[in-house]
Amino acid sequence: MAANPEFMNQPQIGFKLDGEEVFAFEGETILQAAKRHGKEIPHLCYSDNLRPDGNCRACVVEIEGERVLAPSCCRKPSEGMNIKAESERAVRSQKLVLELLKSDMPKQSQSPYTLKSELDFWAEKMDVGTPRFKGRSQPQADLSHPAISVNLDACIQCTRCLRACREEQMNDVIGYANRGSHSEIVFDIADPMGASSCVACGECVQACPTGALMPAGNVGLQEADKTVDSTCPYCGVGCLIKYHVKDNKILYTEGRDGYTNHFRLCVKGRYGFNYIHNPLRLTKPLIRREGVPKSTELLDPNDLDKEFREATWEEALDFAANGLKKIRDEKGKKALAGLGSAKGSNEEAYLFQKLVRIGFGSNNVDHCTRLCHASSVVALLECLGSGAVSNPVSDVAQAEVIIIIGSNPTVNHPVGATFMKNAAKRGTKIILMDPNRTAIAKYASHVLQFRPDTDVALLNGIMHTILAENLQNDAYIKQYTEGFDQMRTHLRNYSPEKVAPICGIDAETIKEVARLYATSKGSMILWGMGVSQHIHGTDNARCLIALALMTGQIGRPGTGLHPLRGQNNVQGASDVGLIPMVYPDYESVEDPKFRAKYEKLWNTELDPKRGLTTVEMIHAILDGEVFGMYIEGENPAMSDPNQNHARKALASLEHLVVQDIFLTETAGFADVILPASAFYEKTGTFSNTDRRVQMGRQAVNPPGEAKQDLWIIQEIAKRLGCDWNYQGPEDVFNEMRQAMTSIAGMTWERLENEDSLTYPLENVGDPGQPIIFTDGFPTATGRGRFVPADFIHADELPDNEYPLIFITGRQLEHWHTGSMTRHSPTLDAIEPDPVVSLHPLDLEKLGVEPGGFITVESRRGKLSAYARAELGIQKGTLFMAFCYNEASSNLVTNDALDPAAKIPEFKFCAVKAYAGGTPDQRIN
Amino acid sequence: MTVTVYVPNDSGALALGAGRIAAAIDKEAQKRGLDIKLVRNGSRGMFWLEPLVEVETSEGRIGYGPVQSKDISGLFDADFLNGGTHALEVGPIDEIPYFKNQQRLTFARIGLTDPISLDDYLAYDGYRGLKNALAMSGADIVRHVTDSGLRGRGGAAFPTGIKWNTVLNTPSEQKYIICNADEGDSGTFSDRMVMEGDPFVLIEGMTIAGLAVGATQGYIYLRVEYPHAHRALNTAIAKAYAAGYLGDNIQGSGKKFDLEVRLGAGAYICGEETSLMESLEGKRGLVRFKPPLPAISGLFGKPTIVNNVISLASVPIILDKGGEYYRDFGMGRSRGTLPIQLAGNIKYPGLVELAFGLTLRELLYEYGRGSASGRPIKAVQVGGPLGAYLPESQFDTPLDYEAFAAIWAVVGHGGIVVFDDTVDMAEMARYSMEFCAIESCGKCTPCRIGSTRGEEVIKDIIAGRDLHKNIPLLRDLCDTLLNGSLCALGGMTPYPVLSALNHFPEDFGITEQASAA
Repeated sequence: MAANPEFMNQPQIGFKLDGEEVFAFEGETILQAAKRHGKEIPHLCYSDNLRPDGNCRACVVEIEGERVLAPSCCRKPSEGMNIKAESERAVRSQKLVLELLKSDMPKQSQSPYTLKSELDFWAEKMDVGTPRFKGRSQPQADLSHPAISVNLDACIQCTRCLRACREEQMNDVIGYANRGSHSEIVFDIADPMGASSCVACGECVQACPTGALMPAGNVGLQEADKTVDSTCPYCGVGCLIKYHVKDNKILYTEGRDGYTNHFRLCVKGRYGFNYIHNPLRLTKPLIRREGVPKSTELLDPNDLDKEFREATWEEALDFAANGLKKIRDEKGKKALAGLGSAKGSNEEAYLFQKLVRIGFGSNNVDHCTRLCHASSVVALLECLGSGAVSNPVSDVAQAEVIIIIGSNPTVNHPVGATFMKNAAKRGTKIILMDPNRTAIAKYASHVLQFRPDTDVALLNGIMHTILAENLQNDAYIKQYTEGFDQMRTHLRNYSPEKVAPICGIDAETIKEVARLYATSKGSMILWGMGVSQHIHGTDNARCLIALALMTGQIGRPGTGLHPLRGQNNVQGASDVGLIPMVYPDYESVEDPKFRAKYEKLWNTELDPKRGLTTVEMIHAILDGEVFGMYIEGENPAMSDPNQNHARKALASLEHLVVQDIFLTETAGFADVILPASAFYEKTGTFSNTDRRVQMGRQAVNPPGEAKQDLWIIQEIAKRLGCDWNYQGPEDVFNEMRQAMTSIAGMTWERLENEDSLTYPLENVGDPGQPIIFTDGFPTATGRGRFVPADFIHADELPDNEYPLIFITGRQLEHWHTGSMTRHSPTLDAIEPDPVVSLHPLDLEKLGVEPGGFITVESRRGKLSAYARAELGIQKGTLFMAFCYNEASSNLVTNDALDPAAKIPEFKFCAVKAYAGGTPDQRIN
Repeated sequence: MTVTVYVPNDSGALALGAGRIAAAIDKEAQKRGLDIKLVRNGSRGMFWLEPLVEVETSEGRIGYGPVQSKDISGLFDADFLNGGTHALEVGPIDEIPYFKNQQRLTFARIGLTDPISLDDYLAYDGYRGLKNALAMSGADIVRHVTDSGLRGRGGAAFPTGIKWNTVLNTPSEQKYIICNADEGDSGTFSDRMVMEGDPFVLIEGMTIAGLAVGATQGYIYLRVEYPHAHRALNTAIAKAYAAGYLGDNIQGSGKKFDLEVRLGAGAYICGEETSLMESLEGKRGLVRFKPPLPAISGLFGKPTIVNNVISLASVPIILDKGGEYYRDFGMGRSRGTLPIQLAGNIKYPGLVELAFGLTLRELLYEYGRGSASGRPIKAVQVGGPLGAYLPESQFDTPLDYEAFAAIWAVVGHGGIVVFDDTVDMAEMARYSMEFCAIESCGKCTPCRIGSTRGEEVIKDIIAGRDLHKNIPLLRDLCDTLLNGSLCALGGMTPYPVLSALNHFPEDFGITEQASAA
């Protein structure tokens, strides 16, 4: 174990190890202390990040005065202990243990599944040859899982997988069944792994020392050319990952000890990388054939050649830029719009918004933050003066109470969820508030399955109770807030008794939750898009902020507000100004002071008016205001609400430039398609949900003629008149530092060395601030503001014709519009078909069997998919992910917007559902 | 006048037909118009006499046994209700040397009383220890136990007072008392006899333990194979609650102790204290690594006393008569008495409670009267399936923890299984490995794999294959089992295996010289 900060400045325990005077820190085991002193004692069941179990006995040592040997992985030395790890007696047992374990191996030899078997390593090091014992009768291989091969003939029953599954990730799938030499690792009730409840986080694979659990496809038998330390392309948790690469291909991944993941990963981060090796990758620039009209239908890839032709980069870039230039010059600067990506790096996002603001000449630039947390950011900026989280996810370990509202963390932030589960196991109370009883409910002390859309009523009821019972933090309110009196008056109308029938949660539960939250030593609120994606999303967030302010549950460890960010760089893309209203660091484009700052920095003139948001752009196209678009790594043809409308708009664009890695649904509407780089094919920084800026490093080269996005953006910019010459991400990052106070002190070199730094980090050498608002807020008055919110209903309520509520979201294996995950053969195999989830009683009412077809229809469109019965889904509602183009949920959703944040109401629209129908043809 | 007749309700006696005998006596008495009071007592522990029928007479309790159904009518004819002479008559029970010569402290009441009668219990000095304890501080109670020299009777012989003191001095809002009643060693039955024959003594002992260390909850972890004990304990616990000996306010003292019986599920390993606690917590019976000791972090992570039935059942008399009284029995560091269980190929099998110090030979021949087959005794296994096999040359070893340790043997739970000269000790060694393989929890490598591989090696030895390789291999394996196992199951399996190999090499088809190789 490397220097462990846990042990810093702690008392030392002196003991003798093989005659040498050494010491252990308090809490250190003999094995750990020995390792720190450079002595490796053989060990197999011990792993740095798992609870020591002491079962393999390879690490036994002799302790003077004790009758038998002791496992050094479990035993802590005491002062003056005389320990021998290398005595003849200790070594004899260490070797015999290894010999016994090796006798269990296939052919009593080396592991046939990995080149890195720890058993083989120690057997060789300890000179243990062919075992003198007979072998066991071997179990059959279990190759039922798309991601993981199970070969228990190489299992040494060290239970590292079990501890990883049950104690670390807390998925409770792996068990240890039977007794004695019949003991075996099982999945659920000895199901094949592929049929078990396994969520394929792969923690067991990473923990396995002998290759009995390995990534599928025998990758463990290939020697990697190199390993690359980077991060993850998926959610906002920002796990650090090591990529093992051979012949320009990623073989497999390994969780690193990142601040947010501590070696843990989820199915997407661990197995979802292989979309980049999909043969459907775009490898050549494509230009729409002349005279081929655009249709409002999605393009069938089989028709690609009919609609597009290959082009050189020079031709494609010229074509792309000239089309944009022509519109700009002929129809005006505001006739263009750009959509950047939350999946790209900070540097790419920064350059993209700069390109739009200078090259296009307007603020018509946005990205998918509009579709996810725009409302949260608006409320946070309005009330607290800062749009990011106050405390990191890891603070759940220090909280007494965690409210999880409108978030399904085991699906959308799986690794973050493991730390929430760990906290619950240690006694932290989780209060889950969600219309659906999601998987984390198992660990919750309170589950408030409220009616969809009634968040404001529920939260106001909670706040009413706090004031009614005088549980508010008067000192905090006085010192750090404003607008409290108005809030108090406002809340009088929201007694728990009054809101109970609205939200379907009884008054007593509302009161109990209020008391728990208000009176705990530390209460934290984590939320997701169940809060934000409503026409009252901003109001929902305002209530959460008010709740934290009135109780003073903010500004300390284990408290605060945390909107869980959905994409790996949605935080960063917003931070660097990929938003129509603000420049980097959320500096308003309509504030002359900031405009002057950027006009000076960029040496240009800037548009003084805010630009169009994502959904507004679509409307503006149909309204004849926008004629040309540049879409980089976004997929509005799938992600925007009321898609028939959106697709019609995209098809009617005069000039559409799409830059992506696959022929996305949006790319089919393009005039020119630029083949770009995937996450693993470039270097850049990515900001996670905790405000951690983390280094993503290039692991492989883009395929074919595909190019890195930074280069493409710059080439387009040059052709639009920008005189840029950035040599790489470092140059861009250094310019960002000049623009952004928040990262002014963050050097590229330090990021290279430390991989992960938290902003605000204003001066070089600052440690960074994981917890902010410790002494007031960055508002004009320095105070946090209460903004009262009244309960209003969703835009479209159920009625006789459309009696059900349709809620969209994500699934564990698929991400966003599926452009990455559905191209990953592994993830696609685990969750291959579109599903709509309903309560089993609702299914019965509709006369649909689980697995049968169901059609969902709204006033705007319809889809057909497979029906899935889920007890956690609230009766009267349907849930669906938006990643399936053969049954695109956004054909059905409503494009009504939150007035403040312009976020669409993805979480609520009225539908009818009936048996039958078939999904459309899937388009790859 | 009503005559009191005793027919044991002990499962040993029941297995030999005591239930039928009791019914038949009752029926015959009714038929003959005789007024009898039938009491179902515990067993005296003289199993060759079971079913042993006792009759209360002016001369004391006169015994008849072993009684079969066909004998009933003859017994009545012989006027056994008045102590009449009969071929099965064994005279006054108290005068039978096997019984008379014992020093029954823990077993003082067993066989005398109706086990589930609280009145009987109180009439025979029951709850006197608790009465004293209620007037003492916890530390004082612990001191008495420490002074008594009582050591864990489950087999490990750890000083009970030290264990209790650790729990006493570990602050915690909740502490537990666990009685390990998972008596699973071959040839042992003393726990069962206590629970069936005098359940109140165990309840009293646990209550005192609770008072001593500040534990308010006790669990008796009982093996599922003891249904009679289960019934007896539950009946006694209910009566103790009803009479205020358990519950929130023990005998008006304001002190609390709750007790319940939990059944095991048939795993031998759950007699190991850490597995037992895992099982009690509702988990799979897997051994935990120690430290932390259960006394510091035991059941549900709380300070916990885990004691064997006999240890806890010995506490009431210690608290009644004082630590010194108990300590005055025994020898060396083995103080008090040990309920020894004689079993296997022995003429007089049974329960013999004696102060430590008697030799094996005295036990086998003066009490047991030699083998049942009449053939020479070749070996005895002391202390259950993990105890060493002792040859005749070691029969003069006194029953004393230290004396046994000195000859690489264990007293264990005091069970002695006797074998005559027809036994094949190599087969017994093989069986020991097989036992370990079957009962291993499967957690640690030496026990999980080593026991199975060990059995194979012994089979090879028995078959005469590659002795020069297999004997050293067996010794290497035993060395690692002994030194490297997680608990005593793997750690002690070498005792029977190596003792058989060392003392009886000829049974392994090898010369003395080869066995030492």
